[in-house]
Amino acid sequence: MKTIVDEIAGMAHVGEIKYVPADFKPDVDVRWCAGCGGYAVLSPVQRIMPDFGIPKEKIVFVSGIGCSGRFPYYMETYGFHSIHGRALPIATGLKISRPDLSVWVVTGDGDNMSIGGNHFIHACRRNIDINILMFNNEVYSLTKGQYSPTSHKGQVTKSSPLGVLDEPFNPISLALGAGATFAARAHDKDRQILQSLLERAARHKGIAFLEIYTNCRIFNDGAFDLYTSKETGADNTVWLEDGKPLVFGKNKDKGIRMDGFTPKPVSLTDGKYGINDLVVHNEKDSTLAFILANMSYNPDLPRPMGIFQAISKPSYDELVDLQIRHEVETKGEGTMEELLAGSTFWDVK
Amino acid sequence: MDKIVEARDEVTVRFAGDSGDGIQVAGTLFSDTSGIMGNEVNTFPDYPSEIRAPEGTLYGVSAFQIHFGSKNINTTGDFIDVLVAMNASSLKVNLGNLQQGGIIIANSEGFDAKNLSLAGYQDNPLLNGALKEYKLHQVDMAREIKTELAGQNIPPKILKKSKNLFALGMTYWIFDRPLEPTVKWINKKFKGQDDVILTNVKVLNAGWKYAAETPEFTKQYKIEKADLAPGRYRNITGNHAVALGLVAAARKARLPLFLGSYPITPATDILQDISGFKKYGVKHLQAEDEIAGMCSAIGAAYGGSLAATSTSGPGLSLKTEAIGLAIMIEVPVVIINVMRAGPSTGMPTKPEQSDLYHAMFGRHGDAPLPVLAASSATDCFAMTIEAARIAVKYMTPVILLTDGYIGQATEPWRIPDMKDLPDLQPSFVTNPEGFAPYMRNPETLARPWAIPGIQGLEHRVGGLEKEDVTGDVSQEPGNHQRMTELRRDKIERIALDIPQAVVEGEQNGDVLLLSWGSTYGAAKTAFDTLHRDGKNISFLNLKYLHPMPSNLESILNRFKKILIPEMNLGQLKMVIQAKYLVPVDGLHKVQGKPFKANEIENKLREML
Repeated sequence: MKTIVDEIAGMAHVGEIKYVPADFKPDVDVRWCAGCGGYAVLSPVQRIMPDFGIPKEKIVFVSGIGCSGRFPYYMETYGFHSIHGRALPIATGLKISRPDLSVWVVTGDGDNMSIGGNHFIHACRRNIDINILMFNNEVYSLTKGQYSPTSHKGQVTKSSPLGVLDEPFNPISLALGAGATFAARAHDKDRQILQSLLERAARHKGIAFLEIYTNCRIFNDGAFDLYTSKETGADNTVWLEDGKPLVFGKNKDKGIRMDGFTPKPVSLTDGKYGINDLVVHNEKDSTLAFILANMSYNPDLPRPMGIFQAISKPSYDELVDLQIRHEVETKGEGTMEELLAGSTFWDVK
Repeated sequence: MDKIVEARDEVTVRFAGDSGDGIQVAGTLFSDTSGIMGNEVNTFPDYPSEIRAPEGTLYGVSAFQIHFGSKNINTTGDFIDVLVAMNASSLKVNLGNLQQGGIIIANSEGFDAKNLSLAGYQDNPLLNGALKEYKLHQVDMAREIKTELAGQNIPPKILKKSKNLFALGMTYWIFDRPLEPTVKWINKKFKGQDDVILTNVKVLNAGWKYAAETPEFTKQYKIEKADLAPGRYRNITGNHAVALGLVAAARKARLPLFLGSYPITPATDILQDISGFKKYGVKHLQAEDEIAGMCSAIGAAYGGSLAATSTSGPGLSLKTEAIGLAIMIEVPVVIINVMRAGPSTGMPTKPEQSDLYHAMFGRHGDAPLPVLAASSATDCFAMTIEAARIAVKYMTPVILLTDGYIGQATEPWRIPDMKDLPDLQPSFVTNPEGFAPYMRNPETLARPWAIPGIQGLEHRVGGLEKEDVTGDVSQEPGNHQRMTELRRDKIERIALDIPQAVVEGEQNGDVLLLSWGSTYGAAKTAFDTLHRDGKNISFLNLKYLHPMPSNLESILNRFKKILIPEMNLGQLKMVIQAKYLVPVDGLHKVQGKPFKANEIENKLREML
């Protein structure tokens, strides 16, 4: 049966689908603090949107609670600012019922790793076609400065005056462990790479998880300086590029070599190892993705950034439609008379 | 010896045994056959929380009760006329409800030393005269089956599993029921396994033959057809009726159906049913938890689906925060709560009506929503459609309360014609001209349903307080007051759009019996009995718990006394007293069992 929603979903866009970034900026003031990492995400998102050729009315941004939760108000698309931790199940119901929509979830390290942690792992394993942008600032900012599930051990916050005792989640490892087909990490200081990763995430069919280090000026300023500053960034991060060896350092003079299954930093200038000894990244190699993800909190290794894994699997929403189509094709479209009557019925005259 | 045939207008049969004895199957088949014969039927499956509890134990007893007759049958029967007891424990647990002089069919094999000891019997009640008040038939079912099928090599597993059919065959003889419907079922169920079909059909026949040929079975009972409206019928449980009601409502609204749920006793059937309706284009998500069940339904509703979630008490607790969000963003979601005994895990397989407070008040903030209650298994169908109608028309989540009793009880259901069901009218907006997300329909106060996909309607919604009309985020004091009042008024206006309450019996007088939900059956039966006796009594069944019918107050004021029987400690009583300032007597049963009609009748006699 054709429903009203089928009719709406099938409505053609009037006019040419040709946007400029400004078309995605609603007429509202952005209310993040000055210097918030959020701005660094918002503008590339607005910038890449015209490239996809998706009509604005087909795009939905869903958020939870936290500073990231404001994001939908700043996008001139459909938007849903929901409740703490629940953006993903809401987006999941939306995407399953409306596969014609481009669905984005904007969340944070508290929203997505703590209160919404269960939804996150299940969204990953289902491979539902949703893009998740997770602002990771390693602190609860909207409640003014408590530690989050990604705060580092020993971090002093308003709710950990003597230092955090918990081990932090490594969001990329968690996503990969839960079966995410696309997992990537970026930061707010390199906008060009961030933009390219946003594009890759947007084009990925299935769950696309992008962790973005976003600096919180107020409650955790400089948390990522080691990885993002001009002085120290290059020596402390390694950018993963598909098909390329893992080279890092200000002078591209260091690399990552596999010692068995253990990644080891090596010098490319001391004559012991050359470029051919380095591990070559392969986005489709899940085993490698795990190894690289687990480099994250090792103080002796650079922090990996970029796309850890991008593999292709049917998305959940596709499978739902496929199952329905298959049933209808093999058994015929069910009639209400048949459904209501069931298998055992009788007539009273 | 010639058999005597006695006519009866109603009978209650109860099959009882271990949870692995196939009791639920035997009961269901008996009830299907009785429906097909044209009887009114009401059944109640009563099973333990354990899936396969240790054999022979008292806590592992599973039972299925069938109350059928030629007259109106509204309950599962107060007392048992025929008890089929497959072992000692099932006799012990159920004997208390057996009618004086009732019939016991005892599977004597289940009364060996081990079974007797598990049941706590010092010596065998089948042999020591303890049951002399009853008509006791002892049958070693396994031995009889072996004798009947002598020469055939029956695997012990099939032998053990087919005893229920032997017992069923015996009861078919006692109540003069045909075997064909069950034979048909066996053929369908075991399609492709000819030997299993053959054995099962033989065993069923053997049970019938045993009763027919054993001299101790002296009496057959004849129950005439009930006076049912012409039409096509089937047996249906409340849970199945809800699932069908959701599909029917979606069709009538021309909306896609989405169910987001998490398995929970006793509501799981709804999720299972819907998951099997793929060829009807229905979508579902077995979510990672109850919260995600509700949230995925909200997401689907936001996208324009008729969205629903099904659950039971603990699940409703978990969904609570998200229900508040649905109230705030004003989208339709049908929430089915199949109530069970609480609090906490409580007694998961046992019914109760103790979630009324939760349904009405269980949210933070001033957060009213419509609350409906279905009063029988078949009523679940109509009330599900009604819940969907209200949800879609008023853009609000609606809670429909059923319970573990009517959810799993079966009744013959006259299959409706889709043409006779109400049309549902979703208020989609497609024209951007003058659109504002919170511009309300002046009549219903509903906001427009503006779903993604419509060019020019791009807007933002969310859990933050909204500015009236524009839907922009607002913390303006006067606006919050206005929006809170609007959300309340929208729900209260529904009172003008629901049927008036109807009083059976005298329109004013001494005692008004007021039922809601599944207490309807026992209350109606008690009322009918007393009314027939000429007592000054009236009866009202309430299906709309919030808002209540607009004529309810005037009705309540016309009676000297009001009695509300409910399976809780007085929740509707409290609401009615608080709302209408009338004194109410309560009758409260929280034993995990539905009311018996005579319990309500006795209380009414005290009050009259």
